[in-house]
Amino acid sequence: MGIEYQNIFTSIQAVGPACMGVPLPENDSPRTGRQPWFNHLLGRFGNAQIGPIHLSGLALASIITGTLSINIMGFNMLASVNWDPIQFIRQLPWLALEPPPPAYGLKLPPLNQGGWWLIAGFLLTLSILLWWTHLYRRARALGMGTHVPWAFAAAIWLFLVLGFIRPVLMGSWGEAVPFGIFPHLDWTAAFSIRYGNLFYNPFHALSIVFLYGSTLLFAMHGATILAVSRFGGERELEQIVDRGTASERAALFWRWTMGFNATMESIHRWAWWFAVLCPLAGGIGILLTGTVVDNWYLWAVKHHVAPMYPAVWPPVIDPATLQGIKP
Amino acid sequence: MTSFRYRAFGAAALACGLLAGCERPPVDTVQQGFRGTGMVEVYNPRTLAAQQALNTPPVPTPAASDDGPRASEVYKNVKVLGDLSVAQFTRLMVAMTTWVSPEQGCGYCHNLQNLADDSSYAKVVARRMLQMNQHVNSGWKQHVGVTGVTCYTCHRGHPVPQQVWFTPPEPQRNDWAFSLGDDAGQNRPARNIGLASLPYDPYTPFLLAGDSIRVIGKTALPTGNRHSIKEAEWTYALMMHFSKSLGVNCTYCHNTRSFASWEGPPQRVNAWYGIRMVRDLNGNYLEPLTKVFPRDHLGPEGDVAKIGCSTCHQGAYKPLWGARMLPDYPALAVPLKTAAPAAPAPASAVAAAAQTAAALAAANAGGVRAAPAAAAVMPAMPAAPSIDAVVPGMVAGRVLFRLDRTDLDAEARATIDRVAALLMRDPTLKVNLSGYADRSGKVDHNLDLAKKRAFAVRDALEAAGVGEDRVVLRKPAIVIGSLDAEWRRVDLIPSR
Repeated sequence: MGIEYQNIFTSIQAVGPACMGVPLPENDSPRTGRQPWFNHLLGRFGNAQIGPIHLSGLALASIITGTLSINIMGFNMLASVNWDPIQFIRQLPWLALEPPPPAYGLKLPPLNQGGWWLIAGFLLTLSILLWWTHLYRRARALGMGTHVPWAFAAAIWLFLVLGFIRPVLMGSWGEAVPFGIFPHLDWTAAFSIRYGNLFYNPFHALSIVFLYGSTLLFAMHGATILAVSRFGGERELEQIVDRGTASERAALFWRWTMGFNATMESIHRWAWWFAVLCPLAGGIGILLTGTVVDNWYLWAVKHHVAPMYPAVWPPVIDPATLQGIKP
Repeated sequence: MTSFRYRAFGAAALACGLLAGCERPPVDTVQQGFRGTGMVEVYNPRTLAAQQALNTPPVPTPAASDDGPRASEVYKNVKVLGDLSVAQFTRLMVAMTTWVSPEQGCGYCHNLQNLADDSSYAKVVARRMLQMNQHVNSGWKQHVGVTGVTCYTCHRGHPVPQQVWFTPPEPQRNDWAFSLGDDAGQNRPARNIGLASLPYDPYTPFLLAGDSIRVIGKTALPTGNRHSIKEAEWTYALMMHFSKSLGVNCTYCHNTRSFASWEGPPQRVNAWYGIRMVRDLNGNYLEPLTKVFPRDHLGPEGDVAKIGCSTCHQGAYKPLWGARMLPDYPALAVPLKTAAPAAPAPASAVAAAAQTAAALAAANAGGVRAAPAAAAVMPAMPAAPSIDAVVPGMVAGRVLFRLDRTDLDAEARATIDRVAALLMRDPTLKVNLSGYADRSGKVDHNLDLAKKRAFAVRDALEAAGVGEDRVVLRKPAIVIGSLDAEWRRVDLIPSR
């Protein structure tokens, strides 16, 4: 068996004239910046051709607002370690720009009490929405479907629920997520604790199904295509319109092993929906938390989702409920 | 070949990356709750081995005679331990020296020319700490049980316990309109909270002030619980302090399914009282000493060193792994009678005392601290909170048996009589009996033995006048324990 079919890098790079793509409609700038160039190392992972990059006014506005937002976060983090660049690097995973204290509700707080967080969040949201528009317009310009921007929109939904929609419904910016590496993870754990264990939130469960399902599907599909690349399987589009031996073998493999196979085309629909439903379901789960459900464990007990286990400990009662003792 | 080398390199790099964040296996896991619920304690035997020395209590000195004149009759200015005999008093002073200032000696607290002199702040603090020790052992049995605490529980050979806390300084804020960098009291890599980016000072609000710890709602749907996620982060930080201090996971006290639920390990009740105990001691014993300490012993905000869970526990689920030092030093168990004014003592006793003092002074090779110039003032003593003796759900009495025996000795009968008296006083109480056996011998025999022990206690309770309907036999989840003597027992647990 040839080892050349089991390589994690692109082993053969065919270099020709730069590909400029398809003709575009009139009045649509085909490209921005200089001529495409080639990079061998990047070619080991993907296409060696870099460019042309399309920078419309939308994309530029997105990059500017995004950069501003990241800078506001970064300078707040830098200020929080007394402007010490070494501590900034060392402590970076711990640093954050925190949302306003809950006492401010939805009022505008002072800059150093979450005001910067609001500005950074606004600019980041603007940047993301502009980028979505850019993606949509470029997809249209190429005559493509708009699957990529709508998949991106699913992620934007989760982002907006976490940082805007749910805090507004709860009446407090303090409910939102801090900008920071560990801080947003600790926020996630605290969120689950505060609302009685997110494990019992069915939309959270559904989201995890699609998350893990996505990785499973991606592994199955990637492995299948690599496994039939010796028969030309990586030319998926040709295989879709004119089923060849690569498709036949891959399909038979899955029918042999699980009785059913996705087709060369439908597997991509599976993958797209699993990926998109992950943040869609997750966003619904977050949106319901605190707004209509306060304690997911008790909710699950009430609806017989959480099973009851035999008591194995001697019974104790909350001492705070005893007479004369305050919690 | 090249691709093979790439892969091997990749695999090695991945393995190193994954292992870097891990403890070396194997670790021991002990199932605590119902199977499949993740109620498991994780112990790393290598970590435990490293903690062995820290958790080994010092060997007690031989008990001293109670005969002879009282310390207050022989020594001047003995305010807390005056009711002890001179021999007992001297023995405790020597023990305290080895516990607290083994290198510095008696001179750490005492003016060696005049042992009665109160000009050293350390002596004033030590006296107050003796009172605190007695207060803990007599007033906070819900937390310290019969094991109790001694000076050594916290000090472990250091004049200042190794794990104390100060309120961190307020971050410098300026009023510039565009100021930035507020850290909201969190997001620093702090070891006390397990290097999380949670609030780094969970002590001041929860262990000094009495801020509300509970954030989780009591109803499935929203009914007015306005606790924020940020509050949850503060509570979370306190719980990390607990976990780090005791060397245990969340499941040591909490149900995996719901942190708020009390259907879980009974240790949580103990921990609940622990929080209140620490608040009491910080507020009523340590804070009032602030002015006594020299400035360089205080924190950045000028506050006194205060205690948390780690001050006593030091990484162990029970300080010193539950070793009982208190029975050897009964003077620390309860406040003694107020010392009588010094009366003239027999000459021989005075001579003996002088001799002891000289010996103590001689034992002090150097290490004498200069007393601070400012005269230390004894702070006012606030009244200790009184707490009910009966706590439903907590073990109210523990009857120990000899190996393979079910008969009750005098101590056991005294315990049973005490619990019977509690039941007589409060007719709403019931008592649950859980019998246990140690691991020696056959399993069936031991299960039977545990049951018979519970029957023996039940019969004794009924003989003491407790109605049959008020005694509940409750088979515990784990009947047969280790080889330790404590497993040959019956627990008496009141309930309503």
